[in-house]
Amino acid sequence: MQMLEEYRTKSYRQHLRPPVEENLIRDKTAIVGIGQTEYSRDSGRDELDLACEAIKKAVADAGLKMSDIDGLEALTLDRVSMPTLIGSLGIENLRFTSEVSFGGGGACALVMHAAAAVASGAADYVVCYRALNEASGHRYGRGDGYAEYLKAAPTLHYGYYFPYGFLTPLSWAAMYTKRWMHEYGIKLEDTGWYSVVLREYAQNNPEAIFYGKPLTIEEFHESPMISAPLRLFDCCVDTDGAAAVVVTTADRAKDMPHTPVYIAAAAQSSPIETEIQTSYNRPVVAGLPETWYVGQELYRQSGLGPADIDVAQLYDPFSYGAMIQLEELGFCGPGECVDFCQGGDRIRVDGELPLNTSGGLLSEAYIHGVNLITEAVRQLRGTAHNQVTDAETAIVTAGPGLPTSGLILRK
Amino acid sequence: MTTQADSEAPVIPHPALWAVLYRSSTPFWEAVGRHELTLQRCSDCKTWRMPPRPMCPRCQSAESEWVPVSGRGTIHSWVTYPESPHPAFEAPYAVILVELDEGPRLVSNPVGIAPDELEIGMPVEVVFEDVSDDFALYKFQRAG
Amino acid sequence: MPLEYIPGIPILRPYVDPDNQPFWDAVDRHEFVLQRCSDCDVYFQPPRPMCPHCLSMDSLEWVPSSGRGEVYSFVVFAADRMAYPGMKIPYVVVLVEMEEGVRLTANIVDAEPDEVYIGMPVEVTYNSPMEGLTLYQFKKRAS
Ligand SMILES: [Zn+2]
Ligand SMILES: [Zn+2]
Repeated sequence: MQMLEEYRTKSYRQHLRPPVEENLIRDKTAIVGIGQTEYSRDSGRDELDLACEAIKKAVADAGLKMSDIDGLEALTLDRVSMPTLIGSLGIENLRFTSEVSFGGGGACALVMHAAAAVASGAADYVVCYRALNEASGHRYGRGDGYAEYLKAAPTLHYGYYFPYGFLTPLSWAAMYTKRWMHEYGIKLEDTGWYSVVLREYAQNNPEAIFYGKPLTIEEFHESPMISAPLRLFDCCVDTDGAAAVVVTTADRAKDMPHTPVYIAAAAQSSPIETEIQTSYNRPVVAGLPETWYVGQELYRQSGLGPADIDVAQLYDPFSYGAMIQLEELGFCGPGECVDFCQGGDRIRVDGELPLNTSGGLLSEAYIHGVNLITEAVRQLRGTAHNQVTDAETAIVTAGPGLPTSGLILRK
Repeated sequence: MTTQADSEAPVIPHPALWAVLYRSSTPFWEAVGRHELTLQRCSDCKTWRMPPRPMCPRCQSAESEWVPVSGRGTIHSWVTYPESPHPAFEAPYAVILVELDEGPRLVSNPVGIAPDELEIGMPVEVVFEDVSDDFALYKFQRAG
Repeated sequence: MPLEYIPGIPILRPYVDPDNQPFWDAVDRHEFVLQRCSDCDVYFQPPRPMCPHCLSMDSLEWVPSSGRGEVYSFVVFAADRMAYPGMKIPYVVVLVEMEEGVRLTANIVDAEPDEVYIGMPVEVTYNSPMEGLTLYQFKKRAS
């Protein structure tokens, strides 16, 4: 028992690696194009169709032709087969493709890998994309969806969870949330402001799924428990849609149509004993060490700290998933995030830390976090629906509770 | 009524199972079900799209039309299976690649042509075989 | 309400591989064993082929567990939307910290959702949701 404690804690949150000798991504790469489809509950279209539209728009937004694109970056989870997509885009001799693991944890890593490709000279213009019919099609977030998944892709740990009716990412996250609430004495009746503020943001964003559907704190508390302690309005919104971004070098970005959005830092992290949301044998269940590592790395690479960040886009598969990241990223102390969001003023557009200003995954759309990257780009271009005045720096994170990734972007 | 024997009969993989993921193929298989061969063509630049796709790889147009084709073509290449890889297909059998007169190429099976009679360049024409109530396959026989 | 299954809907089986086979074989015999590295005296869950502490591949052994632990966290499945269709809601999934230190999930078979609390003493029991499937579960235990 004592040895186990020692093993578990010997490296926990203590293995920040020394800086790389020469960082070729920092300030030398940029996001130059963004594109998205309509976000809906039933697209009536397939994911290939959605991917094509988002990519076409991102390429046009960058002022490029499809034939200029020479690299593609996808999530392994994407159901669109890459050769089929390349055939539909009509790109001859695409010379760089790569896929990132870990579902939503890989969202920012898409951009990081694309940046690595353009910085190293493997490609000139790389498109990152995500397309999914999560609302109308394959619901991987639902119990029956995972039952299908188990038949196809059993892994070491799922066999210990599925026979007990313990399936779906939200309920796995509810387990660490429950423990976190216990350790910090969080009361259910104090929560809800995060969801309310994100819904406010969505009221100014006509692209958001919850546009025209405001939410009061009372309605939040009346919403049903889904996987206790998570209520319906703690959860992200199943969405059909796609989003894409174009990455190139900072040198090329200077001559392109939009204000370049430079990549000031990019990082991934996978701590030991980390599973996909079910990391129950880490020393501390009540925390997100992957987000902490990513934050430390991002701040060091960029030379910025939490106080220098003008706007945050934190991956929110559910409310606490984003709120606990506020703690891990140093925007507030451990156990303080519910207080930080209380009343909502600090996270509103004119607050101390405008947070998930498009409505986030809870109220804009769940495009696996790629829609948080496009929102950060809009904020730095000055074209967001809820524009933060003079926003110059943005932090973006990917799925918490699993191997994750993050970006700091700047004007 | 489904009997035990029915449920154990070899089943030909149904292409429409992919319809949710690749909806652009649905009109193609629906037409085949009506014993019609139609192909998708770009409404803007008139390029054929085979396999069907949501976007034209040539001009990136999302518009397309479904056009009946002659069903005539020539064998462009073929392979034979001396042993069956799947219980639904009885060996020996052949798979042919047909170049339609309109240009696109389709993979299919020959009907009434023995594997040792197959030749590259052989003129063929489409025929249809019903597999089930809602599912037919297009195949090719010697052109008459 | 004790744990209840809905007849006719099969329960998803554990995925058995060479690393965890001894664990599930023991559960079939109503025995509860945990994997340990004999060199480091460290327990692991889930089972694996190599000790991540000392990287030994031949010091791993299966040790009978006391079967006792405490609820470390838990989730109440209260809505159909997230629940497995073969189990009657509400049901509880508990994360239990065993006396040996490792944590495992299972259902609690004999407690109401509002009886469960973090720190609750529990012990291993077994059930058979369907023909040919034995699962380890947890039940209440006097502290
Ligand atoms: Zn065209
Ligand atoms: Zn060891």
